[in-house]
Amino acid sequence: MKVRLLDLAHARSGDKGDTANVGVIALRPEWYPLLTRELTVERVRAHFRGVISGDVERFELPNLRAINFLLHGALDGGGTLSLKTDAQGKVFSTAMLRMVLDIAADEVKALSLPVAS
Amino acid sequence: MKSLVRVASGQGFWGDWLEAPRRQVEGGEIDYLMLDYLAEVTMSILQKQKERDPRMGYARDFVGAIESVLPALVERGVKVIANAGGVNPRACADALLALTDARGVRGKLVLGVVTGDDLLPHLDELLAAGHGLSNMDTGEPLSVVRDRVLSANAYIGSEPIVEALARGANVVITGRSTDTALTMAPLRHEFGWGAHDWDKLAAGIIAGHIIECGAQASGGNCLKDWETVPDLWNVGYPIIDARPDGTFEVCKHPGTGGRIDVPTVTEQLVYEMGDPHAYITPDVVADFTSIHLEESGTNRVRVFGITGKPATDKLKVSIAYRACFKAVGTLVYVWPDALAKAQAADAVLRRRLDMLGLTFDTIVTEYVGVNATHGPLAGDRHDAPEVQLRVGVRGPDRAMVERFTRELIPMVLNGPPSVTGFAAGRPKVEEIVAYWPALVDKGVVQPKVEVLR
Repeated sequence: MKVRLLDLAHARSGDKGDTANVGVIALRPEWYPLLTRELTVERVRAHFRGVISGDVERFELPNLRAINFLLHGALDGGGTLSLKTDAQGKVFSTAMLRMVLDIAADEVKALSLPVAS
Repeated sequence: MKSLVRVASGQGFWGDWLEAPRRQVEGGEIDYLMLDYLAEVTMSILQKQKERDPRMGYARDFVGAIESVLPALVERGVKVIANAGGVNPRACADALLALTDARGVRGKLVLGVVTGDDLLPHLDELLAAGHGLSNMDTGEPLSVVRDRVLSANAYIGSEPIVEALARGANVVITGRSTDTALTMAPLRHEFGWGAHDWDKLAAGIIAGHIIECGAQASGGNCLKDWETVPDLWNVGYPIIDARPDGTFEVCKHPGTGGRIDVPTVTEQLVYEMGDPHAYITPDVVADFTSIHLEESGTNRVRVFGITGKPATDKLKVSIAYRACFKAVGTLVYVWPDALAKAQAADAVLRRRLDMLGLTFDTIVTEYVGVNATHGPLAGDRHDAPEVQLRVGVRGPDRAMVERFTRELIPMVLNGPPSVTGFAAGRPKVEEIVAYWPALVDKGVVQPKVEVLR
């Protein structure tokens, strides 16, 4: 079943040079293990294909039920060099939350996941 | 020793809400007002201002902020810590002394002025002594841009601020201190934390990280349940209630808007985060995976369990250099087929730039309202009522960038139809001052503290 990441997590993003960071935070503690399983480096790299030019790094923060992603080559040089509207990566957060996950029906039921209409 | 110290955030960047400092001192009892003015690019802007006028080069908003809180400073003993000094902390102090004269309170403010972060005068010495100051991101040696360097400042830690407080300062002005040291230093001063109390120092740094962006920790820019965050017009900036054992609570004044709960604090914790295991500062390496949060009351979050590791022997250096030129211009294309017209206009413009032999390092085209921020992730392109075409160019040749700005606006009459939104005229050419991050051995940076009355 299709589940929107937007319905499972909230997020904030920022910049460090040409890298955008996106911290993804589970909306409910019981959804965090599913996020750590689904949000792999490969998955996030594929999601941002054509948007970033560099690689993706991933760090788990189970204490905050969060995962921090570093998206390298995201900001057209970053800082003052960047010509982008979002030169400081402020809205990569919601770009991440556009991801749609495919979750088995029994897990959707067990975790009471909101299903995309 | 006090059992509770309250540090209030009154400014999260240069350009933040002018009302916030006064609201923080008038909304309830606080011990310290922390004002963060400096971003990576701010130092180079200030350096340019100082070149034009040697009495400039600091955050001038700060003088107005102090004026707005002067009664609390003088009558209630609230202390202020700010990195408003920029590249000229001494000039900033002079401006404050002039203010105290004008307001008849000379001698009531004891200014602690922290300098020594400015490495520009020593840059060639440092390079000659073998400090490469290579770019942390690209590895290139500084010699590549040496003749274009505008400013070079080491990020310094809490020690000189602690010294200023110990010598009786009630307003501490720094240059390029780390943002987090502005909060940690008063805790270290009040609670007597040692230079090797890694866990407590890390807690102070994390308290600083939480409040250094002002209301971004108290409901501002908060994504979760944003539509229910109450009374943002009246938002309360965050306050740290710190204890000697390194635990603290994040809260705000009663009667203010905004929200402080685990989600709002968590969003701020992950902001601009790198490797959470190693948040490196001059004072300590903090571990963000050790942080525990719990709601301890309404608009009150308790933070505990924080651990830290010994600091490294390096300091980060922020170097700004003249890089190249840029210009960004916009036109608005309108229904029907707004996006198709904007795309056609972009093609016309690029063909003309080509025809004129103009070359740039980069040309970036965005369609605001369609895909400017989310690119291909933005999905379906419905027939939008209007689309803003936004084209930017960047390159080393100012004349070429200048000529680009004259190519965009004619499109209003000689390009695709239904175009408007050009009232601002030609885009402005701007020189890009870029940022060069580097590391330097701690030993070569000697912070200094002056105390002035």
